[in-house]
Amino acid sequence: MPTVLDLEGIHKSFGSNEVLRGVDLCLEAGEVTVLMGANGAGKSTLVKVISGYHAAGTGQMTLAGDDYRPLSARAAIHRGVVTVHQSIDDGVIPDLSVADNLMLDRLAAREYGLWVGRRTLNAQAEEIARTMGLTFDLNARVADLTVADRQMIGIARAMAHTPKVLILDEPTSSLSAGEAERLFQVLERLRDQGVAILYISHRMSDIKRLADRIICLRDGQVSGVFEQAPLDVSGAVHAMLGQTMAAAAITPVTAGAPVLSLSGVRLAPEAAPVDVEACDGEVVAFTGLLGSGMEALAETLFGQRPLHSGQMRLDGRAYRPASVREALAAGVFMSVKDRASNAVVKDFSITDNLTLPFLKAFSHGPFLSAARQTRATARMVDTLGIKCQSLDEPITTLSGGNQQKVMIGRWLQTRCRVLLLDEPFQGVDIGARRDIGRHIRESAPGRATLVFVSDIDEAIEIADRIIVLHEGAIAGEQLNQNLDLDTLVAQAAGNG
Amino acid sequence: MLLLAGLVIYFSLAAPGFANPRSAVFVLQSVAITGILALGVTTTLVVGGFDLSIGAVATTSLMLAAYVMVVLEQSAVVAVALCLLMGALVGLINGLLIVKCRIPDLLATLGMMFLLIGLQRIPTQGNSIATGMTLTDGSTAQGIFSEAFLWLGRHRFDLVIERLIPVPVVVFLLIALAVWLFLGFTRHGRLMYAIGSNERATALVGAPVERYKIAAYMISGVTAAIGGVLLAARLGRGDIASGNNLLLDSVAAALIGFAVLGAARPNAFGTAMGALFVGILLQGMTMMNAPYYTQDFVKGAVLVLALMFTFYLASRRGAVSRH
Repeated sequence: MPTVLDLEGIHKSFGSNEVLRGVDLCLEAGEVTVLMGANGAGKSTLVKVISGYHAAGTGQMTLAGDDYRPLSARAAIHRGVVTVHQSIDDGVIPDLSVADNLMLDRLAAREYGLWVGRRTLNAQAEEIARTMGLTFDLNARVADLTVADRQMIGIARAMAHTPKVLILDEPTSSLSAGEAERLFQVLERLRDQGVAILYISHRMSDIKRLADRIICLRDGQVSGVFEQAPLDVSGAVHAMLGQTMAAAAITPVTAGAPVLSLSGVRLAPEAAPVDVEACDGEVVAFTGLLGSGMEALAETLFGQRPLHSGQMRLDGRAYRPASVREALAAGVFMSVKDRASNAVVKDFSITDNLTLPFLKAFSHGPFLSAARQTRATARMVDTLGIKCQSLDEPITTLSGGNQQKVMIGRWLQTRCRVLLLDEPFQGVDIGARRDIGRHIRESAPGRATLVFVSDIDEAIEIADRIIVLHEGAIAGEQLNQNLDLDTLVAQAAGNG
Repeated sequence: MLLLAGLVIYFSLAAPGFANPRSAVFVLQSVAITGILALGVTTTLVVGGFDLSIGAVATTSLMLAAYVMVVLEQSAVVAVALCLLMGALVGLINGLLIVKCRIPDLLATLGMMFLLIGLQRIPTQGNSIATGMTLTDGSTAQGIFSEAFLWLGRHRFDLVIERLIPVPVVVFLLIALAVWLFLGFTRHGRLMYAIGSNERATALVGAPVERYKIAAYMISGVTAAIGGVLLAARLGRGDIASGNNLLLDSVAAALIGFAVLGAARPNAFGTAMGALFVGILLQGMTMMNAPYYTQDFVKGAVLVLALMFTFYLASRRGAVSRH
C-alpha cells in the first residue's frame, strides 16, 4: 500500500507548553488508522496541525511524496486532506438548509462564481446526499434535525471532496449505535476506494469494528503502534495509559429498600409500559440505541417532560415533577449529557461551576461565602482526583475528563435520593472514566443511582444491574455478573 | 485603572484648576445620571441581554414627573413613586417580551424605545412642560416643581467644603455600591452571570432563569427611571429634548467597563469606572478648550479601543488556555 501522508518528528508548542514532542506517523491508502490517546495527549493538536489550523513547529510532512505544509484549513482541503471536527456545531450552520450546508465549502470556494443557482445547488447537494445514503429532506433547516443527522451532514460534506486523507475526530460521540453503523459502512466504502482514514475515538467498540492499525499517543509522543491482525486492543490501551485495563470486575451489591419505582410508564405513545424499581445503594444502568426511550426516561424522571401514563413513586410517595426545580426539591439530581452545551458555564472558574446548584448552602443570607465555596471545591477536587492548577482557574482550561468530573462532582456535594447520570462518560478519557466510575460506586449507598449510557462497555464498568431498552420498552435485564453480552447486544438491536 | 490615574495626573498638570475638589465633584455630577443608567444596562448585559430602552425610560420618567407635578399638581412623592413604578413596569414588559414571546433582546427593547419616545409626547402634544405653559383646553398649568423635588437635583451635601456633594452623585454612588454587591457577592448575582454564560446549564441546575432575566430588565427599568427623575430635578422642567445622549453614553460606559481590570465581562465596578473615565476625559478636554463637537468622537474612539482591548485579550487568553 502506498503511503499517502507521512509525518516525521512533528513538534508543536504553545508558549512553554510542548504539546507534540516529535510525532512520527504515516497513513496509507485504503487503511483505517485509529489514533488513541488520553485527553491531553496531543491528539487534537496533531489533528489541527495536519488540517492546517496550527502551523507545525518543526518536523516534516509529505503528502503523496510532495512537501505538505498547509497554512490554512482551506489549503489543507485543497490538497485533499479533509477533517471532520469533534464539535458538531463547528461543522454545520443551523439556520441554513441541508442543501446549503452540504454545499457550504463549495460556496466558499472562489471558483464558484457569484450567483447561487437554487437548482444547480440542489442537484449537486442531492448527488452528495445520495452517495452518502442520506435520506432526509434537503430543504429542511439543519436546526430542526437531530444531533446525529447534523453530524452526518458534516461528514457527508467532507466526503464530497473525494479526499485523499480523511480525518475524523470522535465522530461517534453523539451518534447512536445504528447511526454509527451507517457511518462505519460509509467509511468502509471509502477505505475500499483507497482513502487513507485517520480515526480518533475513545470508544472500544468503534476501534474493534474499524481499525486496521492503532497508533497510541501519550504525552505528545507515539507510545505504541499496533498493526498485526488480530489487533491487540488491550495492549494499545496499555500503551496509551501506561497501565493495563484491568477488567473492572464488579460484584453486584445486595440492594436495599426500594427508592424509586415506576409502574406502567409509557415512554412512547405506542410502546409497552415500563416497570422499573431502583433500590438504595444500587447502580442501575440503562442502555439502548437512540430512540430506545432512554432520553424520554431520563427527561421524565428529571421533570423535563410530562408523564403521560403510569405512576412514579419516590420512597413510596407519588412523584410527578412538573419542572427541574421540583425534581431537585424532591432529591432527584441529574448530571445531564452534552456537558458543553448543557452543563459547563464557560465564563466561570472551577469553584463557581462546581458550587452552582447549591449556592444557597454556601451563603450567609444572600451573600456568598467564598471561603465555604473554596472549601467544598477543594474537598471534591481531592475525592474525584480533578487535575487542576488552582481552584480559581477557568473551567475551560481543564481537559474534557476533568471538566466532566466537575460536572458530576456538582451533584455529589449534597445527599440525594436518586442520582441520574446521563452519558457521564461522553468525551472522557479512560483514566478519568475509571475515577468517576469508582467514585460513583463508592458513594452509592444512601441513594439509588441510574446511569444512561449507549455504550454497553460503559454500562458493564459501572452498574450492578443492566437494563436494555428498545423502542420505549424493556428488552432485557441482567445482573452484572457472568453477563451474557451477546444477548444484551441482541436485545438492544431488537432481536432479543 | 492605570490609564484613569494617568489621565487625572495629565490633566492636573496640563489644565490649571483641574485638580481641585470642585472640579472633581463637577466630573462626578456630569457622569452621575449616565452612570446610573449604565449600571442598569450592566445587569441586563450580565444575563446575556441588552436594554436599548433605558434612554427612553429616563426621558419618559422626566416627562412623567413634570406632568404629574405641573399639570396634575401632585406632590413630589407621588411623582417619584409613579416614575419608579413606570420604570419597573417597562422593565417587566421588556422582560416578558423577551422571555415569554422570545423576541431577541435588542429588538424587543428597540421597539420599547420607540414606543416610549412616542408615548411621552402625546399628553403634551409634543411640547416641553413648564409651569405656566398653556394646556390643550386653553387654561394655564398651575402646578410647580416642588422644593422637595428640586432638592433631589440641586441640593449639595457638605463634605469638608460647604455645599460640595450634589444629591445625584450620592444616589449614583449608592446604586453603584448596591449593584456591585448584588452582582458580585450574592448568589443571585452569581446565578445571573451563569445565565449569561450558559442559560441552559443554569436552568438544568434548577435556577428560575426566566424570573432572573425579567428581574434584570426590571432593575434596568428602575435605575433608568431614577436617572430620569434626577435629570428632571436638575432641569426643573419637563424638557422634551433633554436626554438625547443618555442611551449611547451609558451603553458606552458599561462596555468600557468590560476592559477595567481585564474582567472581560460586564461588572458594576467597571461600569462606574467607565463612566468616570469618560467624564474625566471630557472635563479635562473642556478645560483645555477642546471644542464641544469633538466630544462624541472622543467617546466613540475610547469605546472602540476598550472593546478591542477586551475582546482581543479574551480571544488570546482563550487560545492559550485551550491546550
